[in-house]
Parts: sequence; C-alpha cells; structure tokens
Amino acid sequence: MSQLLKVAEAAAHGVTESATHTAQHAAHAATPSLSLLGDNLPALAIVVPLLAAPLVALMIRPALAWSLAALAGLTTLAVTGGLLARVLDSGPIVYAVGGWAGPWGIEYRIDTLSAGMLVLVAGIGAVSLLYARASVAREIPPARASLFYSLMLLCLTGLLGMCISGDVFNVFVFLEISSLSSYALIGLGSTRRAFTAAFNYLILGTIGATFYVIGIGLLYMMTGSLNMADLATLVPAQMDTTTVQMAIAFLAVGLSLKAALFPLHLWLPNAYAYAPSVVTAFLAATATKVSIYVLVRFVFTVFGGTGLLVLEGPLGLSAGTLICVLALAGVVVASLSAIYQEDAKRLLAYSSVAQVGYMLLGVGLASPAGLSAGLIHVFNHALIKFALFLAVGAVVWRTGSAHMAALAGAGKRMPWTMAAFVIAGLSLIGVPGTVGFVSKWMLLQAALAQQLWLVAGLILFTSLLAVVYVWKMIEAAYFRPVPEGGPEIAEAPLSLRLPLWLVALACIYFGLDASGPVGIAETATRTLLEGGA
Amino acid sequence: MSIETLSGALLAHGNYWIVIGLMMTGLYVVIDRGNLVKKIIGLNIFQTSVFMLYISMGKIDGGTAPILDQALGRTYSNPLPHVLILTAIVVGVATTALGLALVVRIKEAYGTIEEDEILAIEHGEDDR
Repeated sequence: MSQLLKVAEAAAHGVTESATHTAQHAAHAATPSLSLLGDNLPALAIVVPLLAAPLVALMIRPALAWSLAALAGLTTLAVTGGLLARVLDSGPIVYAVGGWAGPWGIEYRIDTLSAGMLVLVAGIGAVSLLYARASVAREIPPARASLFYSLMLLCLTGLLGMCISGDVFNVFVFLEISSLSSYALIGLGSTRRAFTAAFNYLILGTIGATFYVIGIGLLYMMTGSLNMADLATLVPAQMDTTTVQMAIAFLAVGLSLKAALFPLHLWLPNAYAYAPSVVTAFLAATATKVSIYVLVRFVFTVFGGTGLLVLEGPLGLSAGTLICVLALAGVVVASLSAIYQEDAKRLLAYSSVAQVGYMLLGVGLASPAGLSAGLIHVFNHALIKFALFLAVGAVVWRTGSAHMAALAGAGKRMPWTMAAFVIAGLSLIGVPGTVGFVSKWMLLQAALAQQLWLVAGLILFTSLLAVVYVWKMIEAAYFRPVPEGGPEIAEAPLSLRLPLWLVALACIYFGLDASGPVGIAETATRTLLEGGA
Repeated sequence: MSIETLSGALLAHGNYWIVIGLMMTGLYVVIDRGNLVKKIIGLNIFQTSVFMLYISMGKIDGGTAPILDQALGRTYSNPLPHVLILTAIVVGVATTALGLALVVRIKEAYGTIEEDEILAIEHGEDDR
C-alpha cells in the first residue's frame, strides 16, 4: 500500500519538478564523454518511426512518401544496430523515458534478447519498406499509398516498442499500436475477403489484448508495480495467491492468442492470405514473433523462469508439458492443413502456425538447450517466411494471384524469383546448409537430451510434411506446363528481386555460419534463466 | 452458509461481481451474436468491464480525490489505475472506430452484416 501512495506522491510532485529534472538530464547528457545522441539511442528507436509516420501521411505523392518511409526504416535499423552493438559490448541498457526513473517512470530495458529482437524487427521493416514501392504501386490505389506507408511505420513502431519496453502497461500500448495498424493494413487487401479477415483479426486480437490487460491489472493489484524488473522481485512472495495464478492464466491465453499458438490460431490464415503482399511478408516475419518474445519475457523475467514451467498442475500436467502438447498438436494439424491449400499465401500461413509450434515447443521443453533452440528458430523462421512471402509477392505482382494455377510455369518465366523461393523453401524444410537446419537440429538435440523420443519423432515427421507442402508449390512452379493464352509473364522487377535475394542469401549465410545468431540466443538464454532482469 | 455470510461475501466484493458479470456478458455477446455491429458492442462491454476492474482497484477506504492539499494526514485514492484506464479507453475508442469502419466496408462489399450470410457467400465463391 505504501507503494501506491508513493506513486500518488510522485505523480503530484513530479508536475512541478519535471522541468528542472529534464534540464538537469540534458546537462548530464552533454558531458563530453557521452554524446547526447548516443545516450538517447533507445528513445530514437521508437521516436524515428513514430514521428515519420504522420509526416509520411502528409506526403501527397506516393514516391515522396515511400522515400521518407524507407529512409525512416533504414535509420531505425541503424539505431537498433547501434543498440545491439552497445549491449553486446557493455551489457544491458536501462533508459528512463523522459528522465523519470523506474519503477515509477517508464523504463526501456534492453538486454541481449530485446536488442536482437529489435534488430530483427527493424531489419525486416526496412527491407519490407524497400520492397514495398513496386508492390504497393500495383496493389494499393495511389491515393492511399502515403497512408499505407504511414501505417507500416506505425506498425513497426508498435512492434519495436513491445521489444524495448520494460513496463508491462507500456507493452500493452505498443501492442495496440501495432495491432490497430495491422488490422487496417490487412483490410487494405485487394479482395473483399480482406475486410472480413481484418474484422475477425480485430475481434480476436482485441480479446487477446484485453486478456493481457486483465492479467497485468491483477498483477498490479497484488504488487503495486508495472515495471518488469520490479515485478520480478515482488511477484515471488505472492506466487501462491489465486490472484497471481489467474494473472498468469490471463497473460498466457492473451499472448498465445496474439502469437497464434494452436488452437488460438484461427485468425491467422485468412489475415495472411488476403492482406497485401508486403503486409503479409512483414507481419508473418515479425508480429507473431514479437508476441512470443513478450510471452518468454513474462515467463522467464517476471515469473522467474523454469520453475513456473515445471510446476505440477492439475492432473499432474505441468505448464511446460501443456505448452509442448499444444505446440506439437499445432505443428501436426497446421502442417496437414497446409498440404491441402490451393493458395500459396494461405499454404504458407498454415505453415507459419506450424512453425510457431516449434518455437513454443522450445520454450515448453524448459531446458537451456530448448529455449535457445526456440529463440534461434524465431530468428531463422522470420528470415525464411519473409523470403517465401516476398517471392510469392513477386509472383502476385506479375500474375495478380497466389493460386497454385498462377504459379504454373513461374519456374521458367521468373527464374530468379523462383530460385530464391526454392532456397527459402529448402530452409523451411530444414535442409543442411540453410538456417532451417540449424534451429531444427538444435530443437532435435534438446528433445533427445531430455529423452523425449516421441517429441523428436514428431519433429522429424512434421519436417516430412513440410517437404510435401513445399514440394507442392515447387511442382506447380517448375513442372506444370505454362498455361496457354494466359497473361504474358516475365521476371519481376529488380526492386522486388533485390530485397528478396538479400533475404534468401541471408538464409544460406546464417545456415553456414550460425555463430552470430546462436551466440546471441545463448547469451539471451543465460540471462533469462538466471532469472530477474 | 447463512444468508448473512453469503450477502457479506457478495457485498464485500461487489465491484468484482459486477466486473465478472459484465465481462462474461460481453464475451458471450462477441461469441454468440452473428451481427457484426452487435459483436463490436459486445467487445465494448467486455473492455468496459476491465476499465471498471482497474478503476475500482484504485479506491482506498476513506480516500479522497488525489489532489495534493496542504493539510497533512490525508488518504488519497490511487490515481495510477485511473490514468492507465484513460489510455485504455482511447485504445478502446480507436478499436471501435476501426471495427465499425470495417463493418461499413463489409456491408458495401457483401450487402449484409450477418456473419452466417457472409460465410454462405464466401463458401459459395469457393465452390465455384
């Protein structure tokens, strides 16, 4: 209770003191050893895309709007790259927003895991924006192009914010920024089904976000804090109360809904299938991953790690086992569904649900090896699915459809695009020499180390299912005859192929030399398992 | 259990009963109703219940409005949940506006806002 009063006092005092406080802060920052810009890098990662969004919306000419958006995207990538370098060099960064120190003020807290996620999200955002120019010109009416870029930047802001923030309510605000903009982006798809897909995602996404708010409300009720690091010290004393256990349940369900963990994935296939190509590629590579990140953050940083996962619940089931069962069920069911899809975007969407299963399987194994494997799969799958959806986007650019029939003959007519598609497809299966192999191998080893033969068997079996659905698209592209009398199809323009090949080569590069991402994932795992912040 | 303890249990946690009632009502409306506008209304009721959960949590027995006064020894209600909910209300308004805008577009594109009719139209397209 005393904490509550302190908050009230701090709020009341702060109004008068804030002016002097910020002045002092600025004076500190200007000391020669530390540069003002360098000190405020964490804020810049959010401020750059957030401020660019309304400016982009004001640009009437699509080309101008695109230039500014792409510039903002690249700047954000540079900022997050700088943050990652700093974190790897000198440990976690704690940044008090507006000079208000935690636990009352909002903190940005960047450790290895969040810095890695920031670079991943900003990198995918920047490449999506570079790719967007040609794709948006084809799929979005010119009058709406600047609004489209503005929404992309807002969505990027929200996703980055979820990774950077150390305040649980602030995470909710960023979650809603990214969600609201993604509902609108999905609704911009070219068929009317985009509206119903966006509407269904809006309903389910809002239920998920509201569950999250209920969860943090219950936590606040018991601890009087919203700061993750502070919660980590306050929660253990309250762990046996029903209120905190209910909070965990609400948070888990809400975040699983946003992460599309089976069976809460029903919004995903239509949302990905009917959204504009760039939006599908961007969201598939980032949105569910960031939700998984927040889930991992709560399980390990706030609720103290593996203890929560291995705790025996009703029927002798631990939370970790439950996650593993749901994850594996998701992998099997979604992979089987993917095989029967006739639309490439929808097929890949079901495959995304399956891959989310692999990531959470790693978390559910509750071992350091499993968690590392899950985290590295977040990175690897983001690259793979991004490349696949960019390639499908290039086919849609030419043919106007992602249907299997539209893929027919694409191997001959769009050799570069389809070659990149094959590389990413092989990664998705997990062929050695590609990124997919690295994470599946680590996951398999983690399962074998715990002597979970059934889990290991299912990982191998579902990889075979991936062979079937990837082959289905490759067969259509290379072995079906070029349709007679159809529209003339040539290679996609260079502005689409370059970003695509950049990502496809990254799939091979990180497959051959995985030391960078694996090192980050292992450091992140160590930090997470040490508990606390 | 006597009537007194039962009514005592109800009254002591009166705010939570109201919150749970509203929460379940809202969620039920979202799931059960086929009309898209009614779904949005259900979503609003669901969100409002959470606003009430937060606001009632900030109340302290005998606490007054959290406006700093010269007089010492006063108890104030906790303003932080109220401030948080101001943000959540803004989010709720934005969600409702976006949801209704999508309903308008769905009505234009499909000619109906009944979920079952929309699904029938979409299945009809798939079969062709």
